[in-house]
Amino acid sequence: MNTLHGALIEIRDLSKSYLRGKQSVPVLQGVNLDVATGDFFALMGPSGSGKSTLLNLIGGLDAPSAGSIVIGGQRIDRLGAAALARWRAANVGFVFQFYNLLPMLSAQKNVELPLLLTKLSASERRKRAAIALQLVGLADRASHKPSELSGGQQQRVAIARAIVTDPELLVCDEPTGDLDRASAEDVLSLLQQLNREHGKTIVMVTHDPRAAEHASHMVHLDKGELVGATRVSAPA
Amino acid sequence: MKYLSLVWAGLWRRKTRTAFTLLSVLAAFLLFGLLGAVRSAFDAGDQLAGANRLIVSSRLSITQALPIALLPRIQAVPGVKEVAWANWFGGYYQHPTPFFPNFAVSNNYLAVYHDLFALPPAQAKAFAETQDGAVVGAALAKQFGWKLGQRIPLIAGIFPRKDGSNGWTFQIVGIFKTPNARLKGAEQDFLFHWKYFDEGNAYMRNLAGWYVVTLDNPARAGDVARAIDAISQNSDHETKTQTEQAFQAAFAKQIGDIGLIAGGIMAAVFFTLLLLTGNTMAQAVRERIPELAVLKTLGFQDGAVLALVLAESVTLILLGGVLGMGLADLIIPGLNTALAGAFPALPGLGWHGWLSALGLMLMIGLVVGVLPALRGMRLRIVDALAGR
Repeated sequence: MNTLHGALIEIRDLSKSYLRGKQSVPVLQGVNLDVATGDFFALMGPSGSGKSTLLNLIGGLDAPSAGSIVIGGQRIDRLGAAALARWRAANVGFVFQFYNLLPMLSAQKNVELPLLLTKLSASERRKRAAIALQLVGLADRASHKPSELSGGQQQRVAIARAIVTDPELLVCDEPTGDLDRASAEDVLSLLQQLNREHGKTIVMVTHDPRAAEHASHMVHLDKGELVGATRVSAPA
Repeated sequence: MKYLSLVWAGLWRRKTRTAFTLLSVLAAFLLFGLLGAVRSAFDAGDQLAGANRLIVSSRLSITQALPIALLPRIQAVPGVKEVAWANWFGGYYQHPTPFFPNFAVSNNYLAVYHDLFALPPAQAKAFAETQDGAVVGAALAKQFGWKLGQRIPLIAGIFPRKDGSNGWTFQIVGIFKTPNARLKGAEQDFLFHWKYFDEGNAYMRNLAGWYVVTLDNPARAGDVARAIDAISQNSDHETKTQTEQAFQAAFAKQIGDIGLIAGGIMAAVFFTLLLLTGNTMAQAVRERIPELAVLKTLGFQDGAVLALVLAESVTLILLGGVLGMGLADLIIPGLNTALAGAFPALPGLGWHGWLSALGLMLMIGLVVGVLPALRGMRLRIVDALAGR
């Protein structure tokens, strides 16, 4: 992805509907949105407003019903399933509300997972996973299973997994939704650090205004439409 | 190879369930190995070349006795070294169980089977000189607490005495050991004089159950067998000359078609195994739908998820299967020792047995894994992550 000064994400006339039985239920309607390279972007809105759906579309996890999504100059809405999987592996890191670590693997092995899709040697995979864990402050917990870590630590392992392939874009779905205030603050600080010091573009869904304050821009969604944008702080 | 740790970790996600499933796969392939060996033993057969001893029995049925008048004619066949003969007696001691083989045998029977029956010369001499003498295996003597010189009553299961009674009395004059550890089962045998049986029983006279023929040259076993069978061709007592292995197989087949029984058991075992492991794999994948969705989110393609689940299923079956077959390979020599004499010797599994077992493991692994793997492959990430 090479969008040094322009928008990393360009969304035009985006709509998404789901079928409930025979009825089509619109979730997103005519969304237009640009996210600049290096931005920390918060998507806010009440439950059912379509923010997670929009995040899934940006992350290439779902396909739109209409409109276009261009990320790093690539029309991802036109990619087939296999190409989309390759694109995700190369360009996006994912952070989920419930961490979604594989319980039977150690923190180190969880972080190595995305690297299995590369041609890196085993020793190189181990090295990179160790660096990612060091970056999130968990080098000493590499051999621990997720069940042996606190919620905040698990989320930091998930962040290490998200950045281990050095993607330009991180998509985070309620990354602090399952954490206490102190752990949430740690995770948000870490995301902010990744944004400011490592230039990661971050799109984060949250309904917590205090979490959104860590972002540089914030948009609100309501009933599937963008209803307002706010600049929170200067981008990285 | 780089996915192996992922497959292995997935396999042991639920340790207890995996351990129990492994045990059932192990048991199934242990049975497969043992029953396969039983089938091979019963199908073995008619490889005459190289045999040291041949058995001559009725072509019609091994329960059909042959006239003793055949003896000199068989002895006269070129290549025949010595001929012994025997009859199944079917008696028991006090109670029908425990069962032990008991035969009426010719005087030279012990010499012909010198590798099975090692008897001190004085006891062999006593046997030759005692009309109602019997020699018994050391294991059998120990089992019933029999001593040399003791008189033992056997109850006839088939052949009553001329006076109509079922009681036959024998004097223990020898206790033999079997030198070959693989044939220790022969120490369960009870042998007595054919002449004593022939003269004392109410049913048959001058008949032998089968003849045992030793050869000058084992390489000519085929020619000798054909010549012996030619003697009684077109008579009412046609013979079939075969190896000991084939004869024992025919003997044991009296209880039924062993191959069919073994095949039926194996089919039932593997049908159950398919249901059991299929259910285990389906359950394992159902529990891990969100984890598979995470893999797809990270960029694992549909084919990779399919391959991971299939690899897990095949690994599970291979692991249990190889352990089961290995155990069967270990058990077979012991079984041969325990059953020697009463049952055809079970062959080792050999590369052919292992190859067919590995093929079967692969097939079962793929069959039980395919539906869960397809489910994993087809899952929609968004739905799976949302728990739908």
